[in-house]
Amino acid sequence: MTQVLDVSAVEEPDVRDRADVVRQVKTIVVLALVLVAEVWFKLSIDDPTVSQLLKGPRTLENQPVEFDGTLVSWTAVALTAIALVLAVLDRYPRGGLGVGLGVVLGLSFYAAFLMWAYADPTGAFAPSITNPLPGTISIATALVFGALAGVLCERAGVVNIAIEGQFIAGAFFGSVFSSIAVASIAALPLFWCPVFGLLGGILAGVGMAAMLGLFALRYHVDQVVVGVVLVAFGYGITSFLLGQIPADRKDDLNQPHLLEAVSIPGLSDIPYIGQPLFAQSLLVYAAYVSVPLVWWLLFKTKWGLRVRAVGEHPKAADTVGINVNRIRWQAVLLGGVFAGLGGASFTLSTGAFDKEMTAGLGFISLAAVIMGRWHPVWAAFAALGFGLLRDLKNQLGLLGDKVPGDLVAALPYIACIIAVAGFVGRVRAPAADGQPYIKSD
Amino acid sequence: MNMLYGLLTPTEGEIRLDGEVVSFDGPGDALAAGIGMVHQHFMLVPVFTVAENVMLGHEPTRGPVLNRAKAREQVRELSERYNLKVDPDALVETLPVGVQQRVEIVKALASHAKILILDEPTAVLTPQEIDELMAIMRELKAQGTSIIFITHKLREVKAVADRISVIRRGKVVGTAEPTASETELAELMVGRAVSLTVAKDAPTVGEPVLRGTGISVVDPRGHLVVKDVSFEARAGEVLGIAGVQGNGQTELIKSLLGLLRPAAGTITLDGQDISRYGPRQSLEAGIGFIPEDRSHDGYVGPFSVRENLVLDLYRSDEFSRGPALKLGAIADNAEARIQEFDIRTESAETPVASLSGGNQQKVVVAREFSRPLKVLIASQPTRGVDVGSIEFIHKRIIAERDHGTAIIVVSTELEEIYALSDRIAVMYDGRIVATVPPDTPRQELGLLMAGAVPDSMEAAQ
Repeated sequence: MTQVLDVSAVEEPDVRDRADVVRQVKTIVVLALVLVAEVWFKLSIDDPTVSQLLKGPRTLENQPVEFDGTLVSWTAVALTAIALVLAVLDRYPRGGLGVGLGVVLGLSFYAAFLMWAYADPTGAFAPSITNPLPGTISIATALVFGALAGVLCERAGVVNIAIEGQFIAGAFFGSVFSSIAVASIAALPLFWCPVFGLLGGILAGVGMAAMLGLFALRYHVDQVVVGVVLVAFGYGITSFLLGQIPADRKDDLNQPHLLEAVSIPGLSDIPYIGQPLFAQSLLVYAAYVSVPLVWWLLFKTKWGLRVRAVGEHPKAADTVGINVNRIRWQAVLLGGVFAGLGGASFTLSTGAFDKEMTAGLGFISLAAVIMGRWHPVWAAFAALGFGLLRDLKNQLGLLGDKVPGDLVAALPYIACIIAVAGFVGRVRAPAADGQPYIKSD
Repeated sequence: MNMLYGLLTPTEGEIRLDGEVVSFDGPGDALAAGIGMVHQHFMLVPVFTVAENVMLGHEPTRGPVLNRAKAREQVRELSERYNLKVDPDALVETLPVGVQQRVEIVKALASHAKILILDEPTAVLTPQEIDELMAIMRELKAQGTSIIFITHKLREVKAVADRISVIRRGKVVGTAEPTASETELAELMVGRAVSLTVAKDAPTVGEPVLRGTGISVVDPRGHLVVKDVSFEARAGEVLGIAGVQGNGQTELIKSLLGLLRPAAGTITLDGQDISRYGPRQSLEAGIGFIPEDRSHDGYVGPFSVRENLVLDLYRSDEFSRGPALKLGAIADNAEARIQEFDIRTESAETPVASLSGGNQQKVVVAREFSRPLKVLIASQPTRGVDVGSIEFIHKRIIAERDHGTAIIVVSTELEEIYALSDRIAVMYDGRIVATVPPDTPRQELGLLMAGAVPDSMEAAQ
């Protein structure tokens, strides 16, 4: 009756993971769609001549340069075709290389799209391709701050849907504080007035974060519900307060002095990228610094270790004497600082506050958190990518109705759904994300 | 124990440490007072390394920056001093449970625990790992650590304890010396005489009923956890599946029930292919199921005993007419089952969540036994159940066997495997590595469960 299996003599059954097959099929479908689109872009061009103004705005010295876009279009098609063949053979690279290839494919698709959009010029004053960096950076600044806020909260186990609400409040109070500083503190040099505005943004962001903390951490209300309510609250309260500003006081209360650009000597002279990246406001530089700062906090400090512990296994943290809710409060409030700065960037780099001016970018930050797999650096890169798409939408407005800009604006959300569906590898949220910690169980 | 560790605050009474009354506001206070605890469910962050888990809460730092080198050094030093082999850089989620437990002990020692509480530490270990743990406990004792060892396994207390306290329903009901016999201890635990072995006759083995051929299962995380498993369960016979937790038993059972679709292989019931059945079809085909985690899969806690007793039967003509439930029939059914299975509950209206573990399990057992079964799959049927209820549940399972039902019992406890099985299949690393008769010595079964082949069985290969 005794039967013993000789384990050394048996082989692993050849069972391919269903999830792997699903992922391969998803990759093939997406790449095939991209390929079809790129070929269609190429084939529907009659005159491949496009002009570019990448060096900066059009002046007498800086005239558009015309070139033939055929090579760019075909290069994109070729790259996509190679990737598709790799996917069909199940050789599409995994890990960092796969992500890198994805970025290259995305940028080549972007280029192929531009060739199509700007081809067939209509006369001497046809629009030229302009440098996407200035627009991208200005949008991505807010997105990066929002994404950092999201990463901090969610790493600690608190879902923050309310980034959009923090943005709108930060934008409003940023504008009001900067305006008040201009109007009432005569001694303050104009350069520092918007810095006062940043302070207003931070206070607003932290205030919203405190409300999130109060309901989510103290009263254990469902965090998604609290987040949605806070967004509605942010929209409502700022619209209301804006309406309370009398017409004759608008200049005093909602006419912020904007952040001034500070050129970094040397770096700002680099052609094409120097001006958009290194002749920027203090806030943009703050964003550059904040990304590694948050990474350092989360992964190199004692506090970061505790934040990640309470986000993954709060009870384990509790049993070694860590006060779970205190750490969560700290992470949420610090996230509020970043979200508030992101909000302030809306008004302090563009002008007066307007109703609902954040236009859903807070939700795109959240998408960047997920795309970036809850990692501050990857989330910042995702934010940059989404900024590029937003900028593209704005540029396309100049082309009339050839291209549906609203569809392009929807791309971040589509990208996010694809990401969550497992296209970019398994996405794993912090294990205790969204779960209130109640001691007794 | 959660009170001693500061997780709960006593409503009455006091805790004295070295003669002084202490009160703990949280585990931090208990740790500071030198009390460490290894919880039944490990308190380790799975995505952290061993060193990160050990240092959490009292991190060595250089300025604001974590000093990982120092933490690693501490883990190495402790594992050497107490002979606890752990790699400080290993990711906890990749470690076997036995090693995770050692990490827990290192963690407690790293915070200078003088008193170590071990809460049911052996439930997840192989017999060999249990022996190692006992060696570690003796080592710790020799170096001056006090240990409070909580277990329901009589053999273990006798092996390692110097003094034994027996707790029943929240009260210390007696103390005993380790020389006391197992029967005496069991009597103290239950409050009456119990028989630790189930009386059963030789089985009348019939035709194979449930047959699995070449089953492989991939779990939702993408790991191949059941590898090419074939077996048959025969009418009137108990097939025991022994193995340490996490060797594919859970997933194998889930695939038999249609909760996980096997990636390869076929499952037949009375010759009919049921591989692609969902859970409802499987149950209707005549499979009974006692899940390993009753609070998760066995009952709906806030529902009453009455409702839980018809959870999978409410659709039948007996209990419903069109969309309406026959509440009278459901109530009568509940009364009958409560009688038959001796379910201790205030009333049939009581929520199941408020019953004791043994009675909750009896509700599940009663429900599964109240329809005609071809196969009964019982996974850890007596986990967390008092000795009295164990006796009762075991008797019912044997009665069902004698009735001609094919029985599969999955258990990580050798006592249970020996008490019930007519044939024992051992699972290790996703495979059935051996099928052996029930009189196989404990030592050999232990080796098989650890993936080794006893010398006496080499020939059978």
